[in-house]
Amino acid sequence: MNDKFPLYELVVLSGKGGTGKTSVTASLAVLSGGRAVFADCDVDAANLELVLGPTLRERASFSGGERAVVDPGRCTGCGRCVELCRFGAIEFAAGPDGRRVARIDPPACEGCGVCERLCAERAISMQPVDGGAWFVSDTRHGPLVHARLTPGLGNSGKLATQVRERARREARALGRPLVLVDGPPGVGCPVIATLTGASQVLAVTEPTPSGEHDLRRLLELCRHFRIPVWVCLNKGDLFPELAVRIEALAAEFDARCVGSIPFDPAVTAAQRAALATVEHGDGPAARALVELWGRLSPLLPGGRPPG
Amino acid sequence: MKIVIASGKGGTGKTTVATNLAATIAGRGWTVTYVDCDAEAPNGHLFLHPRIEDTEAVDRRVPLVDPNLCLHCGACAELCRFNAILCLPTHTVIYAELCHSCGGCALVCPANAIREEARPMGRVSRGAAGPVRFVSGTLDVGEANSPPVVRAAKCAAPATQWTILDAPPGTSCPMIETVRDCDYVVLVTEPTPFGLHDLRLAIAVARSLGRPCGVVVNRARPEAGEARTLCAEEGVPLLAEIPEDIAIARAYARGRLAVECVDGLRALFENLYRSLETAGGVPAAGEPEGRP
Repeated sequence: MNDKFPLYELVVLSGKGGTGKTSVTASLAVLSGGRAVFADCDVDAANLELVLGPTLRERASFSGGERAVVDPGRCTGCGRCVELCRFGAIEFAAGPDGRRVARIDPPACEGCGVCERLCAERAISMQPVDGGAWFVSDTRHGPLVHARLTPGLGNSGKLATQVRERARREARALGRPLVLVDGPPGVGCPVIATLTGASQVLAVTEPTPSGEHDLRRLLELCRHFRIPVWVCLNKGDLFPELAVRIEALAAEFDARCVGSIPFDPAVTAAQRAALATVEHGDGPAARALVELWGRLSPLLPGGRPPG
Repeated sequence: MKIVIASGKGGTGKTTVATNLAATIAGRGWTVTYVDCDAEAPNGHLFLHPRIEDTEAVDRRVPLVDPNLCLHCGACAELCRFNAILCLPTHTVIYAELCHSCGGCALVCPANAIREEARPMGRVSRGAAGPVRFVSGTLDVGEANSPPVVRAAKCAAPATQWTILDAPPGTSCPMIETVRDCDYVVLVTEPTPFGLHDLRLAIAVARSLGRPCGVVVNRARPEAGEARTLCAEEGVPLLAEIPEDIAIARAYARGRLAVECVDGLRALFENLYRSLETAGGVPAAGEPEGRP
């Protein structure tokens, strides 16, 4: 398959964390029946692999960029770098011989290299950081591209971009027309990296004030990047008056409400059994997810109209 | 005493713990500030209902090239590690969305052709929710980089005896920015495979930053035993278990504090407050200022 092979990228997002993105994605993965490749772009708290049971096939390391390191032997403690650092990452400390020297606070270092470049004594060098890795695995429902960001590092957007690119390549190679992406919470760097250029966002939210507040921000972001949104309400039966407000919010942004999944303890039970909700049983949540897929499937490439 | 409420996995109950804890501490007569550091999805105001007193813009500085002075030498593009500057033979292009505002380009320009321009990227609001001082950082939608807003929110917090920082989920830069200089980290989890998996990652981050931490299990069911085992394995104290209770969920859905309307929650948060007092030492300022 070549680069022209048309791909449809469906990205599952939420704004607020913990609304059920991964549980919904896992069930859609099962229901996609061999049409999709899966990508977990929540690279600093990746959970899709806990359900899909991956067998590792390929691994690539990810560069975490660089961080400044001071050679205390060369540092004269002039303080120029402390003054120049915009990230508050350099402070004074006592050197090996008691002299004042610069010291880097690694988690605060942005890796901009300004201190290295402007140190008159050439006492600072930039050293590469292990950023983590991404993986291609086979699962019982199709290939999964996932990643592990070294805890505490930035660059999550860059890693999410690499995961997406690898997943698209995999989909093209296998002739699978759909890439199903489990996204990160929030609206910042990794979310932007996950949704730019995607075909469609599926926003999973819950009927709470936070769910509503953060969904609005996500809808604004998707409008900014001109990505169409479908909204799916999780635990939609718990607080019907809030569910109504979320439907109104979706309508305000021309986002279609495609489903409501009722609260069902089977969702957590399935997670414990390392299964997707729809693999675990046919309770109310599983039935709602099958219905959701029945509504989405005809809208996706390779899908047949219902009936 | 600066306490961060963090998690790893999203939606485990950070904001519930942070807001209820702040109210409990205020109820004991201490001065306390709640700081919402989840700038991408700030929700504390939905439960504390603060009266906002002032709001300040958070700017980021991006370079602006004066085409009349630019020599097209490429020194700025060579320095920039974020690919935010492209130097062409006849003009220099700035990609503001990639800029990290390090200021290096302006410093190395031999012709002084670069000056920096402030662009809004978010805002910090301050106010009060009853006796609790309130600060919240909000990233503008469409902006990618939230750590500067987190920094601004932390700087805007008044000096009180206790500061409760509500962290963003995950283990990457915005979470690190929140955690890196605190006295203690409370990690909120739920007793599910996802919750426990991400709790291990969050404990690793707290350790790598040299911050002491303890765990609060939210929506604890009989299966919370797994969380207890995990804490024992990791050598981390289990500070509190919040039961799975529809009354707590209902309070949340109505935008109310559980300590004010759910039986038993006041006592639970009082106990959590006491464990934090012993875990982290009493605040430097000494005595409570008397009940408000």
